[in-house]
Amino acid sequence: MEKVLMKGNEALAESAIRAGCRYYFGYPITPQSEIPEYLSKRMPQVGGVFLQAESEVAAINMVYGAAAAGARTMTSSSSLGISLKLEGISYIAAAELPCVIVNIMRGGPGLGGIQPAQSDYFQATKGGGHGDYRLIVYAPSSVQELADMTYQAFDIADMYRNPVMILGDGLLGQMMEQVELPEFKENKLIKTADKSWAATGTKESRPPNIFNTLYLDPEKLEELNLALFEKYKAIESREVRAEEYMTADADLLLVAYGITARIVKTAIDEARKKGIKAGLMRPITLWPFPKALANQLSAQVKCILTVEMSQGQLIEDVCLAVGRRVPVHFYGRVGGMIPSVEAVYHEICRYAGMKDDALLELDAGIRYTYAEV
Amino acid sequence: MEIVFGRPKALTKVEFHYCPGCTHGIIHRLVAEIIDELAIQGKSIGIASVGCSVMAYDYFAVDMIQAAHGRAPAVATAVKRVHPESVVFSYQGDGDLAAIGTAEIVHAAARGENITVIFVNNGTYGMTSGQMAPTTLIGQKCTTCPEGRDPGRAGYPIRMSELLATLDGATYISRESVHTPARINSAKKAIRKAFEVQLRKEGFSLVEILSTCPINWGLNPVDSLKRVEDEMVPFYPLGEIKKCREV
Repeated sequence: MEKVLMKGNEALAESAIRAGCRYYFGYPITPQSEIPEYLSKRMPQVGGVFLQAESEVAAINMVYGAAAAGARTMTSSSSLGISLKLEGISYIAAAELPCVIVNIMRGGPGLGGIQPAQSDYFQATKGGGHGDYRLIVYAPSSVQELADMTYQAFDIADMYRNPVMILGDGLLGQMMEQVELPEFKENKLIKTADKSWAATGTKESRPPNIFNTLYLDPEKLEELNLALFEKYKAIESREVRAEEYMTADADLLLVAYGITARIVKTAIDEARKKGIKAGLMRPITLWPFPKALANQLSAQVKCILTVEMSQGQLIEDVCLAVGRRVPVHFYGRVGGMIPSVEAVYHEICRYAGMKDDALLELDAGIRYTYAEV
Repeated sequence: MEIVFGRPKALTKVEFHYCPGCTHGIIHRLVAEIIDELAIQGKSIGIASVGCSVMAYDYFAVDMIQAAHGRAPAVATAVKRVHPESVVFSYQGDGDLAAIGTAEIVHAAARGENITVIFVNNGTYGMTSGQMAPTTLIGQKCTTCPEGRDPGRAGYPIRMSELLATLDGATYISRESVHTPARINSAKKAIRKAFEVQLRKEGFSLVEILSTCPINWGLNPVDSLKRVEDEMVPFYPLGEIKKCREV
């Protein structure tokens, strides 16, 4: 396949079409508006439906309807827009409907800004909406991964009848990179997944298919929750994905995801030149989180440093995974600011006990030690 | 012996949970009779809302999707887009449609979505036990307006059908009632027209039906029917508000 130069948001949108998504419902919000714009042009070309909803709330409920009707369906938004969708996401998770939800994160809280951030980690991985539910959350770190993970997300969603979130950020969505687009899946309603459960009309040949999330009898609601719990356990055992970079001999472990992981890799390359044995664990699935890998790596290192574009959210999962085995430090930028390679390099030098002469003053950002041993 | 009157095929055998004197049951039956008469049971998909009729998914013998509060028109929109040959209807109360779901109903109508909405208006939040609804009449007592609805504090009731009729995307809108046999017959005709509009792919159709809530109104069933006539109908006039093409 040839490589093309594409903007992240557009590569994601094209990839969704190639994965067989024919029903997209969205609402404009920066920095993801290229997704609805692109799909408004492309969906009619492939016989699909693009619908600009009246709100994020309506868009996610349209996704609920389309998913219940058996279609491959997607919505996308950014941060505050996802907040509006959370009610619907909880219903979708409760009704066990497959769909893909894209969050191209921007700085918050409130109206925030339009520059990249990673401050919706909690929202994506810890529920966000009401009730006990889980999203499978992918964190791409390149335009290629935006395309690939979106493509795979539809199959994973179908496999588990569970909503899948692509958690990107404004930088990924807006940047242009080379990308090899995945192959076209042709069917309008991909037949690979059994969707005999869908609302299609009974044709008077089967009992009605009913989608409901109301259980007034607590014993029945507990049954639903137990079934969900079993499903989530199965997902945790099978779907964890992570990348390791220079961890084999590492005694200083960095943990970062998404675009931040790429900045960290460059900083690690610089540190390695100085003889610092730094390595990176990059969670690709934020939920399920690569707990076992984090725990295993923590046994070989002196300390862990997480780098995030937030006040520190991923770091909580790191600490839960490694316990009190090693100190876990944090460095992050917030509000739409991006950590520089130099700043991350400087942090690595600090924790490696090396003086970095080039940077006498600490760069801006948040620093703390979350867990002392 | 020939059975001349029975349960419509489009209703399940589940007993309604509705309170004595509530007219939801009549309205369910009318919708089911029309589904039978138009022979569309196998291609109908219903969207239940939140409120007293939330359990409509147990009563209609068709594929059913229960939607979040107010969102039924958005859910119906997508289902119809995925299955354009199916018949998609939502069944919503006034709290659901005229308060929390105002945006969804207005925009589904504005887009001219080819769906049918059954809008049951009893002027109160029945399921949560009688709070003020957007449709509560001036002076009507509710648990959240115990002295009666005061427009100075709580504003005025909304005539949703008239509001929606101003939208170009709305094809057929009628307000009906089921408090007398004649009105039941009229409501049934309107429901049939609404479904026929959808079958002809002519766009958005909605039938508002004034309904009783004896428990929360503090009236017996008979007085409740009388209240519809005496108090609701003067504010919510009956009849077709937006006429469809006659065929």
